Amino acid sequence: MMLLLRIAATHIRNRMRQTVVSVLGVALGVGFSVAMASLMEGSQRDFTATLIDAIPHVEIVDEQRAPAEQPASTVYDAVAYSGLRPKEDLRGIRNPTEALAALRDWVDGKLAQRLSGQAVLRYSGQDIGMTLTGVDPKRELSVSKIRDDMREGSFEDLGTTANGLVIGDKAAERLGADVGDTVTLTSAGGVAKRFKIVGLFHTGITTSDEGLAYAPLKAVQILLEKPDVINSIAIRLDTIAQAKEVAARAERQLGYKAVSWEEANEGLMEAFFVRNVIMYTVVGAILVVAGFGIFNIVSTIVHEKSRDIAILKSLGFPESDIQQIFVLEGLVIGILGALAGSALGFGLSSYMATIRFEFTQDVEMTHLPIYFSWTHYIIACLLALFSSGIAGYIPARKAARLNPVDIIRGAT
Amino acid sequence: MSLPARRPAQAATTPALVEARDLTRILPAVVPVTLVQDVSFRIGKSEFVAITGPSGSGKSSLLYLLGLLDRPTSGKVFISGARTDDLSPAEMAHMRLEKLGFVFQFHFLLPEFTTLENVMIPMQKLGKLSAGDQLDHATALLADLGLEDFLHRRPAQLSGGQRQRVAVARALANSPDLILADEPTGSLDSVATEQVFDSLRKIVETQKTTVVAVTHDMDLAARMERRIHLVDGRIDWDRQQG
Repeated sequence: MMLLLRIAATHIRNRMRQTVVSVLGVALGVGFSVAMASLMEGSQRDFTATLIDAIPHVEIVDEQRAPAEQPASTVYDAVAYSGLRPKEDLRGIRNPTEALAALRDWVDGKLAQRLSGQAVLRYSGQDIGMTLTGVDPKRELSVSKIRDDMREGSFEDLGTTANGLVIGDKAAERLGADVGDTVTLTSAGGVAKRFKIVGLFHTGITTSDEGLAYAPLKAVQILLEKPDVINSIAIRLDTIAQAKEVAARAERQLGYKAVSWEEANEGLMEAFFVRNVIMYTVVGAILVVAGFGIFNIVSTIVHEKSRDIAILKSLGFPESDIQQIFVLEGLVIGILGALAGSALGFGLSSYMATIRFEFTQDVEMTHLPIYFSWTHYIIACLLALFSSGIAGYIPARKAARLNPVDIIRGAT
Repeated sequence: MSLPARRPAQAATTPALVEARDLTRILPAVVPVTLVQDVSFRIGKSEFVAITGPSGSGKSSLLYLLGLLDRPTSGKVFISGARTDDLSPAEMAHMRLEKLGFVFQFHFLLPEFTTLENVMIPMQKLGKLSAGDQLDHATALLADLGLEDFLHRRPAQLSGGQRQRVAVARALANSPDLILADEPTGSLDSVATEQVFDSLRKIVETQKTTVVAVTHDMDLAARMERRIHLVDGRIDWDRQQG
């Protein structure tokens, strides 16, 4: 094996320029794939992290997966019915204290109860429809990152001000309201209540900044006429990866629909998957092109070295050895290219990580999200080796089949 | 030329090192070309045999058949009494490595390797000797052929005669039973021819190795122990020489 490797090395050393070009081809392929993969995964992780911060890992809502069975269907089995009015159902998670206590027993993470509903915010003659969420401020802060989004006032003040209200800065701007102003909220049931703005937030998501409001849970329960009722429990887990299991278990235990963040963003996860498929297809294509370079050089060597092949065969090297020599040549180029490409990829992604962008709308600077992972290097290198192995194998097989007699005869 | 054609030169009782039995090689083509036809002979240990004949008489083709580089269309080659027609290509390659050595008209050395490395390659492939012994053996072989000062030269830095002697040393690398030489002096001047011929004869005398050489140099052929003369792919005559 060492002998074959030495022969292979000699062959490619004698074609330095072509070898360097082929190595560069592989290196560029590997380098760009690594850089692209780290950028892709970086942005995916960045996005997911933002997403996970913005939403609960698991959210239990006051719904059932299957629609509630209607009385008529229990009485008249297998009879189609229509025009029946569904039974009045009182929405909401009943016995919230008990449900929360049951979850606290086994969930590793923070829990927060919420009551959300629609209300109209009225100030200085303007109305804005709002999704009002009643929260326990301390708990809410433990499950969401709203604190980081606060621009003015403080979220904690909801705990000290019984009728405190935190709204988005866009909504405040539209209304011309500011921290300290008193606004009126009117529920769908017609109950009106005055709230005092104690904080403004800016999430960067326009619909939230325009249409989301937080108030103390008690105040919201009064406004929405649902005393002691909540309609969702948000869970922030210590280990995000458990989200699916926790959701499934909570759903079994409580009977309410529990949605993990993955389920809530299924479409997005699919989009990421498709994006990764596209990425690896492009990477594969680059490396196939690099493979052609290797195929070219190994074919040339086989052609030039047909005499040497005849010599080796007459000396007693079997076909398999001859084949190995040329496959090795492809692989050596592939390995050199993969190493150089890994270095190039590391350099490229390190450089990209330092690039900063300034968005005009936003004050903060942001940089390209780069995620460094061994997996990218390993996948790119394996693909490169696979492609160089194939590229070496095709001419190698031809070399192995050369008939030494034909060459010796023709050598005059 | 009064001797009858196709007469085995040796008694059938002597164990043959290499035996050709009704060898025929036909190149398949639109008009098939017969290279070798019904050739039979036995060659024993430490014989020095010349295969002669006019151009196109099938000398080289016969040599390739004996050297297991080519397979006969019909007939069989026996080496040390064992048939070779049922060997796989890999087994044939191993037999070439272990028992046969080749010297071709053109030196056929690996151009990127030094003299010493060229001689050591078959030993490394066979792997019977330790690395140190391989080096010693190769050095000794080259010294025997008067090449001790050229161990680390590349083939391109050697004269034609020197290259051919390196090729002889390489053929001897694994101490083969049989050396097959195809016009070993065909591209050499008279001085170099003499050197290469001497080295081949020395091999026969000192190492008891059989050498079968194809040549069209009648002078050389006359100086070998036995001569097999081919015409049109058939043995015209086969005789021992003084």
